[in-house]
Amino acid sequence: MTTATTDTQHPSTGRAIETVHLTRRFGAFTAVDRVNLLVPYGGIFGLLGPNGAGKSTVIKMLTTLLKPSAGTALVAGFDIAQAPGAVRKRIGYVPQLLSADGALTGYENLTLSAKLYGIPRAELKPRIEEALHYMGLTDSAQQLVKKYSGGMIRRLELAQAMLHRPAILFLDEPTIGLDPMACLSVWDRLRALNREHGMTILMTTHVMDEVDELCDGVAILHQGKLAASGSPAQLKAAVSEGASMTDVFAYFSGGSIEAGGSYRDARQARMTAKRLG
Amino acid sequence: MNTLMDFLAKSLAIAEMELRKLFRDPMELFSRAVQPVLWLAIFGQVFSQVRGIPTGNVSYLAFMTPGILAQSVLFTAIFYGIAVIWERDLGVIHKLLVSPSPRGALVFGKAIASGARGLVQAVIIYLIAFAMHISIRTDPLAIVGVLACVVLGSAVFSTFSLIIACIVKTRERFMGIGQVLTMPLFFASNAIYPLTLMPDWLRAVARANPLTYLVDALRMLMIEGGQGTHSLVVSFSVLGGVFVVFVVVAARLYPTLIE
Repeated sequence: MTTATTDTQHPSTGRAIETVHLTRRFGAFTAVDRVNLLVPYGGIFGLLGPNGAGKSTVIKMLTTLLKPSAGTALVAGFDIAQAPGAVRKRIGYVPQLLSADGALTGYENLTLSAKLYGIPRAELKPRIEEALHYMGLTDSAQQLVKKYSGGMIRRLELAQAMLHRPAILFLDEPTIGLDPMACLSVWDRLRALNREHGMTILMTTHVMDEVDELCDGVAILHQGKLAASGSPAQLKAAVSEGASMTDVFAYFSGGSIEAGGSYRDARQARMTAKRLG
Repeated sequence: MNTLMDFLAKSLAIAEMELRKLFRDPMELFSRAVQPVLWLAIFGQVFSQVRGIPTGNVSYLAFMTPGILAQSVLFTAIFYGIAVIWERDLGVIHKLLVSPSPRGALVFGKAIASGARGLVQAVIIYLIAFAMHISIRTDPLAIVGVLACVVLGSAVFSTFSLIIACIVKTRERFMGIGQVLTMPLFFASNAIYPLTLMPDWLRAVARANPLTYLVDALRMLMIEGGQGTHSLVVSFSVLGGVFVVFVVVAARLYPTLIE
């Protein structure tokens, strides 16, 4: 059985993610419209855009949850439509909602992930313990996850996502609904995964501080199209002297901040907030 | 071979966690025991006074005991799919589907867990039957056969439930459909009256109902002198065949839950 352990060794020149005219339609609505993205290995990449811009749809396609309507994407060198199985072995994913199973303990959640990723029996325990330790959850491993705080659940999810040592980690709004201290701890762990484990990270976010703190590269989506991409510094310089990330965001997403989020986004955010309650 | 082992290992990983959750909070298991007690102790006692139901050489109470076991399996398994709607809303399914697990294993694992849960129901019905002095077969082979039936039956109906969940996608619609389906499946079967009593159209429906084959096999294996309309081979083949088809369909539909 293959365990994606070898895939963190990659040529530094390689591309973690490469999309060509990536498109997804839902009926008559085009959620993602001919997006071309290039994400090199080794960095933390932010995917920005107002609610409904198509960020989550892009993530769902790149993580093989959704098939593109047109266009292609290579993730870790494999085509998402032709070789989804090869892609899945090489990526980790943390969904937007706090999705660890509350009725199981932290340890059990990790055991399930480890088994689903085909980690050999002999390595199960050391890998789980390493991940728990790395995320500062060793002492709460035997507690039911429903007793965890929001920040702990997020760190548990990061632990789940790192067990099989993926080359690329996908996160959908990793700090949504977390209190500031929990945010800091998640940021700290993400940076560590990036630097110490060499994981390439792609995340969507609405938090401009998060971009300034973490991201080496960003892409801004607007109404399903790529509006801009580059390093935060490049984009700021392109907008105006002394521009902040918020200015960049507003500039490239055409002032649509005012349009507000869709009902569904709002509902999900509220559900998350409630679970953290 | 490797693929098969991988499939089984991942199915078992799913099943193990489902069962851990179930036994951590066994309240549901006990509440499921109430209904069969009512059916056997009240409905069964009264109807065994009616002599008009041809049950062969067994008492009506003995005749309906396997039917009530099948009913209890059906009623529990048919609502199994609601859990995946929860998991979908929480994002758990997203995480499972991003893992390199065969979709079939994710579905099959849940069926195994449901099958194991059915075993608890079998034990409960056996206990009630003993308490009511219903003549039950106690030879090990018969008991093993009953347990195998129950596991297979639970797996069939829980996977059916999963398919419905994948189609309707919301709790409200799911509960509505679940309620609508259970009683017709139960009444259009030989659970509490024989096929021979039915009008032709109902008998035709009953013959297409997997529950009929479950009841049939259970009736032959569970009670002294119990007779079935079909042979055990036919009943097991039908249930097994239906299960395979359901797993294949459910594995295809499962990823659409999150689109």
